[in-house]
Amino acid sequence: MKQMNPYVERIYNGIVKENPVLVLMLGMCPTLAVTTSAINGLGMGVSTIVVLIASNVIISALRKVIPDEVRLPSYIVIVATLVTVVELLIEAYLPSLYAALGIYIPLIVVNCIILGRAEAYANKNTPGLALMDGIGMGVGFTIALVILGLIREFLGAGTAFGAQILPSGMEPMGIFIKAPGAFMVMAFMVMVMNALGMVTRANDMVESGCDGACAACAMSTNCGTKKEAAPDEQIKAEPAAAKAAAPAGKEGQANG
Amino acid sequence: MAEYLTIIIVAALINNVVLIQFLGICSFLGVSREMKPAASLGGAVIFVITISSAVASLLYDFVLVPLGLEYMKTIVFILVIAALVQIVEMFLKKTSPALYKALGIYLPLITTNCAVLGVALTNVQDEYNFGQSVMAGFGTAVGYTIAIVLLAGIRGRIDERDLPGPVKGAPVVLLCAALMSIAFMGFGGLSFG
Repeated sequence: MKQMNPYVERIYNGIVKENPVLVLMLGMCPTLAVTTSAINGLGMGVSTIVVLIASNVIISALRKVIPDEVRLPSYIVIVATLVTVVELLIEAYLPSLYAALGIYIPLIVVNCIILGRAEAYANKNTPGLALMDGIGMGVGFTIALVILGLIREFLGAGTAFGAQILPSGMEPMGIFIKAPGAFMVMAFMVMVMNALGMVTRANDMVESGCDGACAACAMSTNCGTKKEAAPDEQIKAEPAAAKAAAPAGKEGQANG
Repeated sequence: MAEYLTIIIVAALINNVVLIQFLGICSFLGVSREMKPAASLGGAVIFVITISSAVASLLYDFVLVPLGLEYMKTIVFILVIAALVQIVEMFLKKTSPALYKALGIYLPLITTNCAVLGVALTNVQDEYNFGQSVMAGFGTAVGYTIAIVLLAGIRGRIDERDLPGPVKGAPVVLLCAALMSIAFMGFGGLSFG
């Protein structure tokens, strides 16, 4: 890993080491909402990849132009513009996907992953690296969505990518493609990862509350990274951390 | 009047913003550890969503539609919400320090809460007029508050239990959310004739 090419390292980082959904627990809203089938998960993932790559490259290219004080509003305008473009393209060329994803397409704007990567990576690195970071994070997000979508689709409808898997005599458990199924499958995925001793930020997020807002959470530098570094300390200082995290997010917002 | 009541009940219970529509999950999971912060956040969300859906509805009907710029709604709404939250914060700080103290720290965090933008966009999608938008916004926010306060209550009990290792932390909270979601699906049986 030490000798890994930095561009390749970005891809590995996004898919495995810092997988946005499974490890960092970012972008939970679209993750839970659209994964009623593997195809929907894939569609959401690909839309997010397009926005993420474009926003990473543009923000990285403009990082010396955008004044620090107005960077957050600037990022939001860039991301919102890109999302509008993607939304119009999907509406024109993939009307069935547009109907399935509905309001969650414009809500890509507030997907924590995108603003989080802009703030944590793209505004400090060259467009080439930011591009690879966007690809890595985007693919990591898509893989997680497709896995979740496959599990829910198989259990809830007996199909995978629309193809019948369960024999037709078997009744699938419809609840898994309804709202409660999303929480349940996610709960079991985190449980399995906990049991295997994998590092995830899920428990931190639930315990300390970070600060209650996805994007602000990804933006405040002392949130994710610091807690990952010192998990034991964090458990002792839970109530303090919860209180400290909130003003930290506020500060980030005030800058914008 | 009955129409408004229906909108509020549908938004708060039947289409609960967190448990059925999955908006605002981050703060729902993150701030529900204790009752007091959860209730304060709920109050701040009611405040912000009601105001922002009113402003978004006015802007859409009287600026975007006459200009033929409906496709700009995402950009306009997110910027307006961000600006609005800042203004509300400054206003509260000056006029009502007590209210500011209770809700203050949560206000800026709400800007990026997807529920706020989600409500504004849903109102447009459902072609609600001004009054309906405000009621839908208020109902949605009340639904959010109900959900987060209930979860905070449940988590207060869970904290005292001895759970197996891997279930501790996020999984048990997500499972509670799943059970709450099943309960809220029951409201789907309500009908308004």
